[in-house]
Amino acid sequence: MTSVDSVIRARRDAGGGALIGYLPVGFPDLQTSIDAAVTLLENGVDAIELGAPYSDPVMDGPVIQAATERARENGFRFAHVLEAVSAIRERIEAPVLVMAYWNLIVQYGVDRFADHFTAAGGSGLITPDLIPDEAAEWITASDRTGLDRVFLAAPSSSDARLKTVSELSRGFVYTVSTMGVTGARHEVDAAARGLVDRLRAIGVGNACVGLGISTADQVRSVLEYADGAIVGSAFVSALDSGGLEALKAKAIELASGTRATR
Amino acid sequence: MALRDAQGPYFGEFGGRFVPESLIAALDELEAAYADAKADPGFAAELATLHSTYTGRPSIITEAPRFAEHAGGARIILKREDLNHTGSHKINNVLGQALLTKRLGKSRVIAETGAGQHGVATATAAAYFGLNCTIYMGEVDTERQALNVARMRLLGAEVIAVKSGSRTLKDAINDALRDWVASVDTTNYIFGTVAGPHPFPALVRDFQKIIGEEAREQVLVLTGALPDAVAACVGGGSNAIGIFDAFLDDEGVALFGFEAAGDGADTPRHAATISRGRPGVLHGARSYLLQDEDGQTIESHSISAGLDYPGVGPQHSWLADLGRATYRPVTDAAAMDAFRLLSRTEGIIPAIESAHALAGAIELGHELGEDATILVSLSGRGDKDMETAAEYFSILDSSEGPCS
Repeated sequence: MTSVDSVIRARRDAGGGALIGYLPVGFPDLQTSIDAAVTLLENGVDAIELGAPYSDPVMDGPVIQAATERARENGFRFAHVLEAVSAIRERIEAPVLVMAYWNLIVQYGVDRFADHFTAAGGSGLITPDLIPDEAAEWITASDRTGLDRVFLAAPSSSDARLKTVSELSRGFVYTVSTMGVTGARHEVDAAARGLVDRLRAIGVGNACVGLGISTADQVRSVLEYADGAIVGSAFVSALDSGGLEALKAKAIELASGTRATR
Repeated sequence: MALRDAQGPYFGEFGGRFVPESLIAALDELEAAYADAKADPGFAAELATLHSTYTGRPSIITEAPRFAEHAGGARIILKREDLNHTGSHKINNVLGQALLTKRLGKSRVIAETGAGQHGVATATAAAYFGLNCTIYMGEVDTERQALNVARMRLLGAEVIAVKSGSRTLKDAINDALRDWVASVDTTNYIFGTVAGPHPFPALVRDFQKIIGEEAREQVLVLTGALPDAVAACVGGGSNAIGIFDAFLDDEGVALFGFEAAGDGADTPRHAATISRGRPGVLHGARSYLLQDEDGQTIESHSISAGLDYPGVGPQHSWLADLGRATYRPVTDAAAMDAFRLLSRTEGIIPAIESAHALAGAIELGHELGEDATILVSLSGRGDKDMETAAEYFSILDSSEGPCS
């Protein structure tokens, strides 16, 4: 299976960086969200981050909140995440990560999730509200199954915390680009560059930057210093307003920012 | 270890810090500032002065004999947090956290509010200390507690009506957390209850435990003995922890938390988190919560906005599992009966939140008999609830007058 680490390495070796696309499962419905993920992967996106809609998403901005609320109104169940992973992986060879608020994993069962997610072909889990300090059970389960384990690093994190985050993350470190929640901003915060520099200084191999990226220029500028650009709200908006065609166009546009940046 | 000594981050298996990494530095900073403050006698002295010159502490206790006639004849003693400045126990915590905000050198405070009592208290402290203030309040709650919205605005606070999710307290907390993630350099989050990530459950409890410390001495002076039972309403659980704390290691004192059962704990419309929920993670802590099979939070329902919350503080979950405190559901109907009963028998109009504790005390009085003494946390006054009560009892401009 293609790992997210190997995808990021390949992009970096080619002089560019990776583009990681976020989409919520079940938005606007389960089948369309599966088709949308495949559309992204077929049009220049290197890895997928599938969001599990949740009732209390404190890290999500208005665009993703609205999309996940609609997904839940349309009957989203957590089991759909595993169905989507499996369906996407049957159609395309690419890393599929899941981003889930921790209670969803706790209630499914941490070990049970790790087993079922591995069986579905998933490659790793991003945990927006699980810090390494609280993650003992997940660290054990992900070590047992080999799943990637993506923790967040923030501009406000102390050096000691960045060291813990980097040592315990596998696949990449999710670098929060600005002190805020998800949503496209006019400029990706300069704080991201400083944070990636700090991560490099402690030996982090793969640092991907998320939160606030919506144009090809922003992708290009992030990839000057980071290994991957994570795009969420811009893809969700495109899918919402223009369906798969608009999503495809947005993927092609943003992917143009990933090539040979250095 | 004495139960009173529990400091978090964990209370048994409950508590912790389940928040985005972006907030950890702020929580660490707050925890350190609080540790400094605790070690500084000047901090406690400043807070004590504020309480005696501004809050109106110590709050009195009032025996309620005419009310007690309806409670099996047990002695009922009310701890009068309703008499505090701003009308509830919330000011105890807010003044403590506002002093911490000053120590942190921050110029802005944010808070969530359900009934509006915590928002009003925070807006009050912000006015008093000259801090900028933003209050997040679910849109549903801004409608049913419109008077408190006006109070907060009059005090100079910005009130943001939260339109996401169930548009109640839990969503107000989500938006306040989102604000804090983005504003943490200048802003302190004055959390209103004993839930949330560490250090809030311990910190808010420490600022509220003055309720029980005062009441324990006051009851001893009045009756010569400790009460047989202590009763408080539980939403997030701050007034309950506040009055329980001093009694936690008194084995002979039974502790009772009364949760909002809305239409009934066995209907889909309630907020009886410990009685009907199961452990999970919400708003930064592991605790009991109302959730579906997948772990999605279920919307709670209560006539009382302040108890309309699907979570509960982790220390309550721990006390419930230990068997040290007992949590029972009280329906809207039972709470409203007690609300009217206290008004008519004692001339005290309680907050609808506190009326849940009064309804619980009636139940306990019948169980414990006439030799028992029951201390009740009267956590707030009912002025803010007059519209709800007037509608519930149909006493505005109707043929049934208020004395019918």
